[in-house]
Amino acid sequence: MAKYTYSYYPGCSSQKGASSSNLMKSVQTMCEELDVELKEIPDWNCCSASIGYASGSELPRITLSARNIALSEEHNPGETIVATCAACWLATREAAERLSHDPQLKAEADQALAEAGLKLKNETPIKHMAEVLVEDIGFENIQAGVKKPLEGIKIAGYVGCQTNRPFGIHGESFENPVYLDKMIEAVGAESVPTYEKKVQCCGGALAFSEPEKSQEMIKGIIEAAYDNGADMIATPCPLCQANVEIYQDQINERYNTKFNMPVVYYSQLISVAYGRSAEDAALDGQIIPAKQLEEIAKK
Amino acid sequence: MSDLNTRMIEKYRNDFLKEVEANVEEGEWVKMCMQCGVCSGSCPLGKHWAHPPQEIFMMIRAGKREEVLTSDSMWMCTSCYNCIVRCPRELPITHIMHGLATYSKKLGLVPKGQPTATFAEIFWNNMMKKGRVNELKLGLSLYFKDGFGQGIKNAMANQKLGMSMMKAKRMSPAEFFGGHGIKDVGGLQKMIKKAQELEEARMKKFD
Repeated sequence: MAKYTYSYYPGCSSQKGASSSNLMKSVQTMCEELDVELKEIPDWNCCSASIGYASGSELPRITLSARNIALSEEHNPGETIVATCAACWLATREAAERLSHDPQLKAEADQALAEAGLKLKNETPIKHMAEVLVEDIGFENIQAGVKKPLEGIKIAGYVGCQTNRPFGIHGESFENPVYLDKMIEAVGAESVPTYEKKVQCCGGALAFSEPEKSQEMIKGIIEAAYDNGADMIATPCPLCQANVEIYQDQINERYNTKFNMPVVYYSQLISVAYGRSAEDAALDGQIIPAKQLEEIAKK
Repeated sequence: MSDLNTRMIEKYRNDFLKEVEANVEEGEWVKMCMQCGVCSGSCPLGKHWAHPPQEIFMMIRAGKREEVLTSDSMWMCTSCYNCIVRCPRELPITHIMHGLATYSKKLGLVPKGQPTATFAEIFWNNMMKKGRVNELKLGLSLYFKDGFGQGIKNAMANQKLGMSMMKAKRMSPAEFFGGHGIKDVGGLQKMIKKAQELEEARMKKFD
């Protein structure tokens, strides 16, 4: 039996061949190392992310997340739900909160769930993987298992929006959360406490519908990392990772910049620091290679 | 003008605040706004809003129904939740903006071609087909939203990006044929249909 077990909600973008399949892979590797067992919620569905609201509206949107919680309660009873995607976590937690505060909404959601033969107790705690690392495992324990410290790499911790707001990690400030910096230090790299864009919005889903407006913000996020002398950016959020990494070519064209800044996940840092291969850490999923991490993984 | 919009105008007459309180998600909070403007100053896309949240709240109270509901403003929300955590009165501003956008859509008042409104609909329909998002089809539908010619242009402009994503195994051509989905699609669709019916019935109840 693993030391820690959770009911796992990976989310659409973490599936095979999807945009954050590298997050999924590196999370699995990280969890093997930290003795964490993830029991996937059978037949989980999309939470409708932060863009589904306009066609989804309140009750249908909340019912989507209620279905996932009900499935988790049925198949993984007693286990805390853990999500790796900021939007999945936010939507699920928000739904649980709304349903516990509003009996009418809960009664309606129950009626809708009955159509799919499901019952919701709504008694399940919902965590982000970052909370598992910070609260359940702890920085000291993470540090204790490091085999190859990520020495000589300066990493800007980019927390983003939805991992940080409106819920965030208990005890952290919304304006300047420091847990990601602590995590970066725990694996032996140098953090950038002065990184002023650590909670700046990347545009989220509007990177697709309003690319010009979003890329202006993404430019600032990357520029600040360069200004602070960072070698790479690390983030917990799949949409932040994608938005900040993959549009650098387009931003270079638009603004005549020469950005080539790797953007990685915290789970990739931990996987490499724990001695796993570049492949296990999903470094082959980078569009902009994280060469310093590859070199450490090769040693 | 849509039937629902006409009905709502008749029902609420000059009381737009009451209409918002009854029909917009978290709308009952609107009257709590004290006009400090922190939300407007905290919004990452603030400069692109014709009417930032603080202004929207005052316009609702002033009964500026058409100006609010046909506004492009709420569609600038990136769901960053900055306004929520900074509001001194803890108003769920993000949700109210989403709620106004959704209500405007239900009434058929969204400005034509508003890109985020279009994307939101594409996203929802894509997700409802199999219970999970098909990212490849989502991207393609977005490229081709303004017709075939523009679609090819968009696809060409993003070709390099698509190729690197495929090389990194973060985009799969296999998704075009089938792709990821849940087993109980039927159950999910019935469940959502029921939720939509219940919500609609609630809207009618205030008649």
